[in-house]
Amino acid sequence: MKALVFERNLPRFAASRVASVFGSGRGAGIGPLQFLDALPPEVPGDDWFHLRPLLSGICGSDLATLDGRSSRYFEDIVSFPFIPGHEVVGVLDDGGVDHAGTALPPGARAVVEPVLGCAPRHIQPPCPQCGAGHYGLCEYLAFGDLSPGLQTGFCADTGGGWSAAGLVAHTSQLHSVPEQFTDEDAVIVEPTACAVHAALSGGIEPDDTVAVVGAGTLGLATIAALHHLVRPTTACTVVAGAKHPHQRRVAESLGADTVVPPDQLARAVRRQAGSLVLAGRLTGGADVVFDCVGSSESLTQSLAMVRPRGRVVVVGMPAKVSVDLAPLWHRELTLIGAYAYGTESGASPTGERRTFEMAIDLVAEADLGSLVSAAYPLDRYEEAIVHAGAAGRRGAVKVVFDLRHRKGPKR
Amino acid sequence: MSPRPGFVLEVDRSTPPTLYWHGERFRLERLPEGSRVIYAPEPIDPLEDPSAAIRRALQSPLGDKDPLPALLRAGMKLTIAFDDISLPLPPMERPDIRQLVIEQVLDMAAEAGVDDVELIVALALHRRMTEPELRHALGDRIYDAFAPNGLLTQHDAEDPDALVHLGQTDHGEDVEINKRAAESDLLVYVNINLVAMDGGHKSVATGLASYKSLRHHHNPQTMRQSRSFMDQHHSELHTSNWRMGRLIADSGVNVFQIETNLNNDAFPPAFSFLQKREWEWSVKDRLAYLGVSKALDRTPAKYARQIFHSVKAPHRMTAVQAGEVEAVHAVTTDNVWRQQGVTVDGQTDILSMGLPYISPYNVNSILNPILVACLGLGYFFNMYRGKPLVREGGVVIMSHPTPWEFNPVHHPSYIDFFEQVLSETTDPIEVAKGFEESFATDPWYIHLYRTGHAYHGVHPFYMWYWCAHALQHLGGVIIVGGDPAAVHRLGFRVASTMADALEMAQDIVGPSPTLTHVHTPPILMSDVQ
Repeated sequence: MKALVFERNLPRFAASRVASVFGSGRGAGIGPLQFLDALPPEVPGDDWFHLRPLLSGICGSDLATLDGRSSRYFEDIVSFPFIPGHEVVGVLDDGGVDHAGTALPPGARAVVEPVLGCAPRHIQPPCPQCGAGHYGLCEYLAFGDLSPGLQTGFCADTGGGWSAAGLVAHTSQLHSVPEQFTDEDAVIVEPTACAVHAALSGGIEPDDTVAVVGAGTLGLATIAALHHLVRPTTACTVVAGAKHPHQRRVAESLGADTVVPPDQLARAVRRQAGSLVLAGRLTGGADVVFDCVGSSESLTQSLAMVRPRGRVVVVGMPAKVSVDLAPLWHRELTLIGAYAYGTESGASPTGERRTFEMAIDLVAEADLGSLVSAAYPLDRYEEAIVHAGAAGRRGAVKVVFDLRHRKGPKR
Repeated sequence: MSPRPGFVLEVDRSTPPTLYWHGERFRLERLPEGSRVIYAPEPIDPLEDPSAAIRRALQSPLGDKDPLPALLRAGMKLTIAFDDISLPLPPMERPDIRQLVIEQVLDMAAEAGVDDVELIVALALHRRMTEPELRHALGDRIYDAFAPNGLLTQHDAEDPDALVHLGQTDHGEDVEINKRAAESDLLVYVNINLVAMDGGHKSVATGLASYKSLRHHHNPQTMRQSRSFMDQHHSELHTSNWRMGRLIADSGVNVFQIETNLNNDAFPPAFSFLQKREWEWSVKDRLAYLGVSKALDRTPAKYARQIFHSVKAPHRMTAVQAGEVEAVHAVTTDNVWRQQGVTVDGQTDILSMGLPYISPYNVNSILNPILVACLGLGYFFNMYRGKPLVREGGVVIMSHPTPWEFNPVHHPSYIDFFEQVLSETTDPIEVAKGFEESFATDPWYIHLYRTGHAYHGVHPFYMWYWCAHALQHLGGVIIVGGDPAAVHRLGFRVASTMADALEMAQDIVGPSPTLTHVHTPPILMSDVQ
C-alpha cells in the first residue's frame, strides 16, 4: 500500500526549498516527500488502534514543512521518516475505544486529536501541562514509549493520514464522528479545534474590536469560532482581511461584520476603533488581533493595528520572522501563541470541555465541512500539494487527500 | 459680432464625430443619426474694465443696502469671506476675480480707516487651501499683508470656539456659522458664481457653516427634492439655505454680498477646439486636436493629470453685482442662464456625457470614482431647469476611465467610504442612515480636515447624496471605458465602447431610443421644455 513518506534528505530538502520560491508546494515532487510502498505501523500498545484514513487534510504547517520553511525549532520534536497527515478522519476496521472510554465498533469513524502527549507516550505521572489538560503544551514530546513527535503526522512510529496503509492512534486521541457528519465535516474538525482554542485564548471583552488577519482555513474557522463561541456571551465586532473574493464571501457568511482585502484591513480597523494614524500605524486600534498567517508581514501588520495594551494572538504557524518589536515594548502589547488544543476552561456549565468536542459542535453549527474544496487521490499528491499551496488564488479553502478509492479530484 | 447662443444639433449623415471628454483624454464618437448634441452658448463678451465695474457695483448696491463705503467706519470689525478652491473651474488665470474684488473692498476699508479686517476662506467642509492656491486666488499683496499676521484664516467647521449657534429656523434647522463672521459689524462675501447653484444665501449659510448646520440640507431627502439644485425655485437645498440665510440676517449679521459672473471661456488657445462645434473645426483646430490627443494618449495618466491641472482658464468677468443677498442673487442667476442656458425641446431616453478631469472637489487632485459619479450624476445631470434632460427610467452614459485611485491627502475618508460603505450599499438613504454619523465624527478625519488638506470625513457622503436625485430618477448608469471594479462598486455598469453602451442601454429603455449628448465643458444648462 502506498504512502507519502517524508525522509530526512538534505539535498532534496534544499531542492524543495528552492522550488517553493515559485509557489508553495512546488517542490513536492523533488523534495523530501516520496511516494512509497508502506506497511501499516505497529500498534505501540494495547491502548492503540489501527485507523484507515478516509480523508486527510493538507495543512499550512504541512506545506511549510514540505517547502523547507518551517522552523528548526521543531527538529528535535519530530522523528524521521514520518508520514504527514494530522488532519484525519478514518475508519476503525477493528473497532476501538475513544478518549472518553466509549467502545467504538468495527467500522466506526473517528477523527484523530493528533497531539502526542504524555498519555500516548505512556508517561506516568503526566507532565504538569498534560495533567492540567493542556495536551498541546506537553513537556515530554520527545520522551516515553514513542519516538519524538509533536503530533501524529510528524512521528516515525504512528504513521499519518497521507497513507493508504493507515496509521495508529492512541485511545486518548480518538473522537468518534457523529452519525450525521460527512467525511468532509469530520476532516475539518482538527483545524477547527485550533481555531476554537485561538478564539478562546484572545481574552475578548465586551464591545471589543477584533481583527482577523488571513482568511485561509484557520482564519475562517477562527471567525466562525468567534461568532459561535465568543459572541453569545461577549459582544464584539469582527473585522477580517481576506484576499480573495470567495474568502470574503465565506468570512461574511461565517459571521465577520466587515470583510475587506488585506491592504484595507488597517483602514477598516481604524474606522471601527476610531483611531488616529501615525507613521502608518494606528494610534489606537483593535483590542485583539488574530494573526492567522504567521509571517513577518502579517505579524508586522497585526502589531500596527492593535491598540496599546492590546493582544495579538498568533494562530498561524510562524517560523523565523523579522518583526520590529518596538511597538510591542512601547505600547505594552501582549503577543499570545495559540497552538493546537486540549481542554478549554470555562467552556461549559461544568467548567471544562475538550477543545475537540467543542470543534465538533462548531463544525456542525457553522457547516465548516463546506470549507473542504477539493479532494485528490494520494497518487496525485504533487497536484494536490500545489493546489493547497495556491488554495486562495484558485478559489479553494481546504484541500484534502481522498483515500476512499475515488478517482480524480472532487471538483 | 455678438456671441452665438447655445445650439441643439440633430446628428445626420454629414455630422462629424462628436468630441467626448474622457478624464485626461478625449474620445471622438460617431453618434446615431437623429441623436441630439447640445452645445453651450459662445462666451459672452467680458467687461472691458472689471475694476471699474466692481467699484460701481460696490458703490451702487442692489436691494436694501447702503453703498459699501457708507457701511465702513473706523473702529468697526470687518470680515471678508470668499469662495474657496472649488471655484472657478478650471482655476482662472491671474488675476483671479477674488483678488480684483477684495482689493477694491480693502481699498475702501482703508479709506474709511477700518483696521480690524480679517479674511476667511469659506470652505465649509472642503479641504483647506495651500499657500500657492491662496496666493493665486488673492494675489501676493493681499496674502502677504494678511496671512503672516494670522488675519487670513480658513473656516474651521470643527472648532467649537470659532463657531456660534444663531438659532433654529422655523423648520428646526440649526444655524451655526463662523463666529468671527457672525460677530463682525459687516460681513462681505465675495462669490464666483460659476453655476446657478452658487451664491445667494448659500454663500454664508453653507460656506461658513458647521456640520451641525449643513446636515439639515446636505442629505439625500433634500437632494431628491431639489429638482434641480441649479434651479433655486425648485430646489429644497436652496429653500433650506434661504431659511437659514434669513435667520442669519434676522440675527443681526450684516451681509454685503458680492457676486460675479464669468464667461465660459474655459480653456486656453491650445485647447481652442474644446470651445468649438466639431463641424466648424478649422484645419488648425483639427491639428491641435490630433496633437493634443495623441500626446495625451502617450502620456501616463498621472502626468496627463498634472498637465491639465496646470491649465489656467482664460475666464473673464462678465458682470458683478453687490448689495443685499437676494436682490444680488436674482441678477446673478439671470446672468448665469444668459451665458449657459440652452433651450431643449423634450426629454431623451439616453443622456450621454464626457466627463473631464476636474470637478469642484479635485482641483490639483484626482477625480476619484465617487467624484466621477458626482460630476456626472450630481452636476451634469442636474444642469437643467424644468425637467431632467433624460426621462424617468432613462439611462445616463458617462465616458471616463474611472480609475480606482484616490488622493490620500485630500480624500482620506473617500477611500474608506468607497471601500467600506459602497461595498455594503449604494442607496443614499441607507448610506446616510448606516454610516454618516460615524464618518462625520471620526476623530482622524476631523484631525486631517483641521490640520491638513483633507476634505471632511462626511464629504464623500455629500457627494453621494448629490447623486440621489439622479439615482432615483434613472433606470441605469453606464460608464464607457471605466475600470470595471470601480464602476461596479459604484453600482453602475461598464462598457468598453459607446456602441456597447448604447446596446446595453436599450436593454433598459427599449429599442430605438433617443439619445442626447451634452457637449460640456464648457458648462451649459438645459431649459427643458
